[in-house]
Amino acid sequence: MGESGTGAGMSAAVETGTAGRRAERGPGRGPVPGRTPLRAGPVSAVWRPRAVLVPLVLALLLAAAIVVNTARGTSALPLGEVAEVLLGGGEDRSRIVVMRLRLPRSLVGALVGAALGLAGAVIQGIARNPLASPDILGVTTGAGVGAVTVIVMGGAYGSVSGPLADVGIPAAAVAGALLTAVVIYLLAVRRGLNGYRVLLVGVGVNAVLASVLSWLLIKADIVDAGRALIWLNGSLNGAGWDTVRPVGWALAVLLPVALVLSFPFGALVFDEDTARGLGVRMTGARAALLLTAVLLTATATAAAGPIAFVALACPQIALRLARTGHPPLLASALTGAAVTVWADVLARTAFPDIQLPVGILTAALGAPYLLFLIVRSGKARTS
Amino acid sequence: MIEALSAPVPAEAGSPRRQIAPERSRRRWAGLLVLLALVALTLLLSIAFGAKPLSPAQVWHGLWQPAGTEGDIIIRSLRVPRTALALVAGAALGVAGALMQGHTRNPIADPVLLGISAGAGMCVVGSVFLLGITSLYGYVWFGFAGALGASVLVFLVGTAARGGAAPVTLALAGAAAHALFTALTAGMVIFDRQALDTYRFWTVGSVSGRPLELTWQILPFIALGLALAAANAPGLNALSLGEDVARALGVRVGATRAVGMAAITLLTGTAVAACGPIGFVGLVATHVARYFTGPDYRWILVYAGLLGASLTTAADTLGRLVARPGELQVGIMLALIGAPVFIHLVRRRKPVRL
Repeated sequence: MGESGTGAGMSAAVETGTAGRRAERGPGRGPVPGRTPLRAGPVSAVWRPRAVLVPLVLALLLAAAIVVNTARGTSALPLGEVAEVLLGGGEDRSRIVVMRLRLPRSLVGALVGAALGLAGAVIQGIARNPLASPDILGVTTGAGVGAVTVIVMGGAYGSVSGPLADVGIPAAAVAGALLTAVVIYLLAVRRGLNGYRVLLVGVGVNAVLASVLSWLLIKADIVDAGRALIWLNGSLNGAGWDTVRPVGWALAVLLPVALVLSFPFGALVFDEDTARGLGVRMTGARAALLLTAVLLTATATAAAGPIAFVALACPQIALRLARTGHPPLLASALTGAAVTVWADVLARTAFPDIQLPVGILTAALGAPYLLFLIVRSGKARTS
Repeated sequence: MIEALSAPVPAEAGSPRRQIAPERSRRRWAGLLVLLALVALTLLLSIAFGAKPLSPAQVWHGLWQPAGTEGDIIIRSLRVPRTALALVAGAALGVAGALMQGHTRNPIADPVLLGISAGAGMCVVGSVFLLGITSLYGYVWFGFAGALGASVLVFLVGTAARGGAAPVTLALAGAAAHALFTALTAGMVIFDRQALDTYRFWTVGSVSGRPLELTWQILPFIALGLALAAANAPGLNALSLGEDVARALGVRVGATRAVGMAAITLLTGTAVAACGPIGFVGLVATHVARYFTGPDYRWILVYAGLLGASLTTAADTLGRLVARPGELQVGIMLALIGAPVFIHLVRRRKPVRL
């Protein structure tokens, strides 16, 4: 699975394995020799087998996760039957269970995970910093403040329902995230954005928002507080088709936008002046990309609450799998989706009686990973 | 340790001292008096003002000749205990903040930002949820243990990172620890209404509703922490020149660090366990203190303690006045006051170097 596939095709690339990689490392590492360029008009790209293979493998993992997650439940279905239903066949009874009850949950998980992974990849690509992510920057907390305000102020005893719950909570989450992003940007910008400063400003803003959140929680009735806390930890419980649709549309629009806009990421590997010298217009594209990332985060958060650390960890996992210079967007989105659904499988089945919110699981797994990342890369990469 | 205590303080050594010292020393002593007056003032304000307006005569009466009237009860059982707790906890957090900044040579060290409060919170909730402890005196000690564990974890990660504990490394390690502990806490409370109820009132950071006995109970720990901090100051001065120089000056680096760590844990752990996560006190107090005293930690620690006490008490009083008849808890008030200071520090063109 070397980087310099000479058009040998996927199956050959798989079979070469580690030995092949080592052999190809030497001469193949240079700029272009040994790589097949793809050209179409003004656009050109380098053929990298990994860029195709990794997303394919990830998509398979995601599909497996959805099947397993759909099969598990109060009345377990055999995996084969679930797969059959998903492919269009199956009995009526299992069809109803799968399509009506269980599939939406997994789909929401996949879409939300994909949006978060994509947002993280975009932000990390721009900041050129593995530690930048919407959770660390406080954008997620901003969305949380917006949504919890509606949950808590909406009425006593969890009476937020109907249109207010359908529109109010997501809209408030999106507004909160956007407002937070703007505030962080305005506070951190000082003749250009410095990645280190953005992070620290984000940590500060996050602290304020977290204390606002805890204040909202004590203002609330205990029932509302419980509901808010479940939401705040990122939960897929009760996700239905009406949650799938908005997230699906948002992703369908924003994913292509991000893919197109991120074309100059390759130039971002160098410093800012070099990138400008290479003819990449930085400011506009960067602002548009940041906006895309914030919108993705906000939509995902509105749908399932803040699912921690997916946006931080998944781009880094995808980066290591795909071996590119910056987090690959498509692979990050797929990693996010697969990780989220697998985490949901675990969260639902780890304890027999209770269904943990999936965000608790991703936080418990992701926080140690972040600590590991800090120990590993430390100061060197963050300045 | 004796050598460390008597090690010459480099900031004041050398010939310029003779000219500067008397003036600077006079200014420092004058500042100390001003600070003591400030603490007294905030103490009076905290007792005099609250959700229910009381006349000065009523306050006086309640303090010295209690007769069981409503005003007397408010003064004696509500305002005096919370003022005492705010003063003690604020002083502890101020000194702890100064110690943290000194030992990490990091301008943004603070118990909430570094996740230490979240660690304490996790242990408090764990004791409520898993062990069924409901009394304040029961779970205070768990908060203490949690604070210790979290601070050890964050400092270890911060210093294990390549290049040492840079501000951003420590802040991120703190953010990660905070997220981890908060998630684990949520996992415990989410299905238990009683634990949730305790947690949400504890996690906001408040000095109200604690009996006066709690302040007496934490006082020995705070006193011990303050004594350790005082013993630590000269060594800390030498350490701020770098470990090698400090060693050359005869300071036992390991011992000094250990004493500092013990003091930090005692002070923050106790304060956080008693009041919940009150953030930004140490951060703000230390920076204001350093602005007035210069780099000598013997003075910074004293100033930061007094500033922390008056800042916490003032914030608590203000929180009672802005949201009458309810109140904004002191933790929220201090986040609203402290975060702008933090962001200002981060935005400065010339970053603070310690």
